[in-house]
Amino acid sequence: MIRPRSKRSGFKGLAAATLVAVLSLPLLGAVAGKPAPQFNLPSKDGKTVSLAQYKGQVVMINFWASWCHPCRDEMPLLENIYKQYNKLGFVLLGVNVEPDSKAADGFLTALKSPVTFPVLYDRDSKVSQEFSVASMPSTVIVDRKGNVRMLHLGYKPGDEQEYMNSIRQLVRE
Amino acid sequence: MLQAVVLLAAPAFGGVLPDDRADVFYHRYEGGGITIQGPEVLVRKKIGDSLSVSASYYEDLISSASIDVKLSASPYHEKRKQKTAGFDYLHGKTTYSAGIINSKEKDYQSNTTYYSVSQDMFGDLTTVSMSFKRGWDRVFADIKDATTGQIINQPSFGGFDKDGNPIAYRIADHRGYSLGLSQILTRSLIADFNYEVLTDEGYLQSPYRKIRYLSPGQGKGFTLADQVYPSTRTSNAVSVDLKYYMPWRAALDGQYRFFSDTWGIIANTFQLTYTQPAWKHWIFDGTMRYYTQTAADFYSDLFPRADYQNFMARDRELAAFNSYLVGVGASYEFNVPRMPWINKSSLNLRFDHLLIDYSDFRNALLTDSAAGITAGNEPLYKLNANIIQAFFSIWF
Amino acid sequence: MRLIKLLLALAVAYGVSGCSPIQPWVKPYEREHFADPIMSLSRDPISSAYMDHVLESREGARGATGGVGGGCGCN
Repeated sequence: MIRPRSKRSGFKGLAAATLVAVLSLPLLGAVAGKPAPQFNLPSKDGKTVSLAQYKGQVVMINFWASWCHPCRDEMPLLENIYKQYNKLGFVLLGVNVEPDSKAADGFLTALKSPVTFPVLYDRDSKVSQEFSVASMPSTVIVDRKGNVRMLHLGYKPGDEQEYMNSIRQLVRE
Repeated sequence: MLQAVVLLAAPAFGGVLPDDRADVFYHRYEGGGITIQGPEVLVRKKIGDSLSVSASYYEDLISSASIDVKLSASPYHEKRKQKTAGFDYLHGKTTYSAGIINSKEKDYQSNTTYYSVSQDMFGDLTTVSMSFKRGWDRVFADIKDATTGQIINQPSFGGFDKDGNPIAYRIADHRGYSLGLSQILTRSLIADFNYEVLTDEGYLQSPYRKIRYLSPGQGKGFTLADQVYPSTRTSNAVSVDLKYYMPWRAALDGQYRFFSDTWGIIANTFQLTYTQPAWKHWIFDGTMRYYTQTAADFYSDLFPRADYQNFMARDRELAAFNSYLVGVGASYEFNVPRMPWINKSSLNLRFDHLLIDYSDFRNALLTDSAAGITAGNEPLYKLNANIIQAFFSIWF
Repeated sequence: MRLIKLLLALAVAYGVSGCSPIQPWVKPYEREHFADPIMSLSRDPISSAYMDHVLESREGARGATGGVGGGCGCN
């Protein structure tokens, strides 16, 4: 009952991780310059959203959790970015990484100005795994051709400028 | 073009500095005839992205009529002030810290500096830290001035220098080396291991406390004499702390520490803490702690005769005893109205009860041959103390 | 001496880790519980430092009271 959800846990996980290290297997994930991993995820408004459906647009994928402070801090700024660039062929997908979406929904409802970009639920962490999310939050920008062009780990005030610089360049391509 | 964008991807990856925080703290210890109380203020603030500085001021106001004071009728100091200043500097995944602690009493001055490095590794699952500290103490002995009746430092307590001038203090130096490893084991379990070596050199005893030795037919059947401590001590302590997150949002923390030193003290500490949040704003916790130690080799409650051995002590900290602690705490978290720069604040109250049950330290105040209580047959001493902490914290 | 050996071992372990991509088995997006303040190893440093002082001045043992690390590593 008090077993962690992850199948790879504890020392078994360590053994598996060591094996990966020893065999030097190429790591999967989002790599700048390479095509982004594809996914289908349920969204907050009850639809299924895929990355493929936004092909031809610049897509920013933000992995976040309600328990992560920097994620909460940047949420209103992400909404501003979305509003500002949406018309130029830009879309933002907020991927919530929590197994239980209740806390995430609670956080979104309590926001002063609600977010209007699609919020997706990665309840079984499959997409987080495929993108090798290495920090909370993690932000990936995919260009119009579907290639990963920016990877940003963490968030501190001012980082939104970096996002906007990248977006401005990529929407012009 | 691709190059330019990819270059923007320099990862902002690294450790995390402690939150900006201020605490106003009141503490009170009452037990065994002693009351020690006082305030403390601690402030921690980030400067830029990679530096956090902290400073604190602490005071102890002491009123003492402890068993030791009563037995040897020694004067006591009434105030201790402690100041600290330190910083943490974050570079990538490495945090460098250093600081200084200054403590002043009328009869004790101490300065300590510390340096530490901690490193997050393996995807931040592991934190390894190393630290070193060094302390320089000056020990004075208070006496009552015969003419004025005032309490002063004994002018020649530390002997005389080569020009024949009196030195009022003796010296004690301390060094400490420690290693820490904290490891996230599962989604709900974290372990923290610590190892610390401490060495001391110099005057390591209290100038006031006395030993007693048997002197049949004289006074109460025992006589008081000065303690003689070794001038060096090295101790080793190793601890493990496991903290587990309960599925219903609570935390259980178990700690164990093993200690041994060159004076012959071996000690084991066990502690269990349960933390339970409730009603949105509250966090409660309960602690149980058991501690047991053997006596130092040169400790005796009652030596058979004067000058019985080269080192002799009767400080009860060096006796064999069991110590029990039970404590509860409550914390109320709230938002301060009309102060948007305060992110969070909390009011905290903690109460602990400490019982020390000595196995070979007797209450030498109760010797009464007429009633059949001869020296060495007095009841064993017990210390009961209540400890209160009240503090207000803000995060900004 | 023993300490120096230990430090060396740690340094070597760290050096090795620098070039081997050991993957964390509790991923950054799985550290919800460590983001909770109740899981902090020292939730109120001012209080734990005071209790350490109270006990250390009455007991023979000292040291190894520790307490860094933990947290969700969010940054």
